[in-house]
Amino acid sequence: MEEKKNIIDMQNLSVVFEDGEQVLRNFNLSIRDGEFVTLLGQSGCGKTTTLRVIAGFIEPSAGDILFDGKKINGVPPHQRPVNTIFQRYALFPHYNVFENIAFGLRLRKVPEAEVRQCVGEMLKFVNLEGFEKRDITKLSGGQQQRVAIARAVINKPKVLLLDEPLAALDLKLRKDMQNELKNIQKQLGITFIYVTHDQEEALSMSDTVVVMHEGTVQQIGTPVDIYNEPQNAFVADFIGESNILDGHMRRDFLAHFAGKDFVCLDKGFAPNEEVDVVIRPEDVDIVPAEQGMLTGLVTGVTFRGVHFEIIVDIEGFKWMIQSTDYSPEGNRVGLHIEPDAIHVMKKSKYSGLYGDFSSYSDEIDQLSELTEEEE
Amino acid sequence: MKQSNLMAKIARAPYILWACIFIIVPLLIVVYYAFTDSNGAFTLANLGELTQYKETFALSLWYSLLATLITLLVSYPFAFFMSRKGPMAQRMMVLLIMLPMWMNLLIRTYSWMNILERNGIINNLLAFLGIEPLTMIGTGGAVILGMIYNYLPYMILPIYTVMSKIDPFLLEAAEDLGANGWAKLRRVILPLSKPGVISGIAMVFVPSISTFYISQKLGGGKIMLIGDVIERQIQTAYNYNLGAAISLILMILVLLSMAVVNRWAGKDEEGGVIF
Repeated sequence: MEEKKNIIDMQNLSVVFEDGEQVLRNFNLSIRDGEFVTLLGQSGCGKTTTLRVIAGFIEPSAGDILFDGKKINGVPPHQRPVNTIFQRYALFPHYNVFENIAFGLRLRKVPEAEVRQCVGEMLKFVNLEGFEKRDITKLSGGQQQRVAIARAVINKPKVLLLDEPLAALDLKLRKDMQNELKNIQKQLGITFIYVTHDQEEALSMSDTVVVMHEGTVQQIGTPVDIYNEPQNAFVADFIGESNILDGHMRRDFLAHFAGKDFVCLDKGFAPNEEVDVVIRPEDVDIVPAEQGMLTGLVTGVTFRGVHFEIIVDIEGFKWMIQSTDYSPEGNRVGLHIEPDAIHVMKKSKYSGLYGDFSSYSDEIDQLSELTEEEE
Repeated sequence: MKQSNLMAKIARAPYILWACIFIIVPLLIVVYYAFTDSNGAFTLANLGELTQYKETFALSLWYSLLATLITLLVSYPFAFFMSRKGPMAQRMMVLLIMLPMWMNLLIRTYSWMNILERNGIINNLLAFLGIEPLTMIGTGGAVILGMIYNYLPYMILPIYTVMSKIDPFLLEAAEDLGANGWAKLRRVILPLSKPGVISGIAMVFVPSISTFYISQKLGGGKIMLIGDVIERQIQTAYNYNLGAAISLILMILVLLSMAVVNRWAGKDEEGGVIF
């Protein structure tokens, strides 16, 4: 693959709000031209702030932001070659669909005939032909979303910033729009910087995912890397489900956890270095107790449609295993773990914060509370 | 369904009754007086007499337009500034604007007399600095100043109300799409705040054009506006018929002016509280 140049570089950015809250700390991120980059994190992690720094609505307290290699600190938003899709679209209620889309062209005093042609093409592009004269407030959420996309894209920005653009849509529409946005990005070939708290959205749409927490980057990588090779316990827990165990490396390719030694594919650790071990629930096989590398008691089974979620207690640590085979509660079962199912991470400040699934049902409650708050 | 319709009608009745007694009936009385003589016989003579008040009408119109315009120019940026402040600061500023309104109009106007008089506060200050005294009271400027001062809150508050409802993200979106400060004002803030501006214009222009007290006190008896003429016809000359005729024409003038304003605003605007 050819190496593309960086379109945006953020170097040692810090943002401190007036009330003293530090939202970004020493934040470094480079974005290559034409990439679909997703900033992923919980609310308050600084992802929206990062987007607003790029758009120019927030001036960093320290550090530089470069566009195409040129420093753009202090350049006002209307002079930056980026456009934003706002979370609640921020369409102009006093203009109809046509004038909303034409807004940027009108500002640049584009001749009327050209405006008509461009807006017409844009309407076609977002499948809203015939909606020219419609009142913005009379459109559905999905239609408003399309108008917002058209209004931004018509200006041919080099970078499009999207701030949780699908958060207000229902699940079905969200899935459709995910595909559509991805297609739009491919067709236009411009850089998308996408902000979301939805990990599934991030994994399915992006070329690069940036996992953020507490104003810093936790990990940058392709969706596959982020999922398979999380760098620390926070990322492992935040992306997908994980069994995270305390352990240490006996030597290269041999990890010790849950009281046993396991062959693995990880190396480069000091002998007997303390580590966090991640095992994804779908990578564990349930076998008869006598054949298992580990044995434990099934304490919970939940049917999830595609698979069962089975909680297995092994010496007090509750594992989650996803399996298409049913194991009744109270059964003694064995676990079989292949070497490539084991991922070993260095200890971090997040070690010990995330672990087993003993409070699994509580966790679900907390999660649903979180989503309610966000809505 | 029928039941609730009936209930709705009953619920509405007191307001309709109120409106009839205190709005419609007085209006009809004005019309009656305007078209009758002192014996109650139909006549157009009252309207014919109005020609001698042409200049007064013109002066009233001119002063109130000027006062409305200046009030608008002062209020608009202030209302915008206010609407972008934090909630605490906004409440504080609304309070400060309302505060003078809690005082009686008469007292407020008397205070201005004290300030502008030949031996008033300003001239005393000028004398202290060794500057010749200025003639302020009894000038058109003083009357217009009185109008502006008294009716300023009625312009600021409706504009502020509309502006505080403008989603700040709309301004960011405009900026994001390439709008500088001026373009933001012209293409977003101005159109979205129009309903407030129209309300404000109505609420300043109408009392300004019909005032008599401000012109009497700050005009020093030298400036007579149409409100003074009406007052004099009714209070001093006891000519209710002529007074009513002038009032009727004034009302028509006001309605026409507001129709012009509404036309400028377009028909689909919300919040225009004039008609």
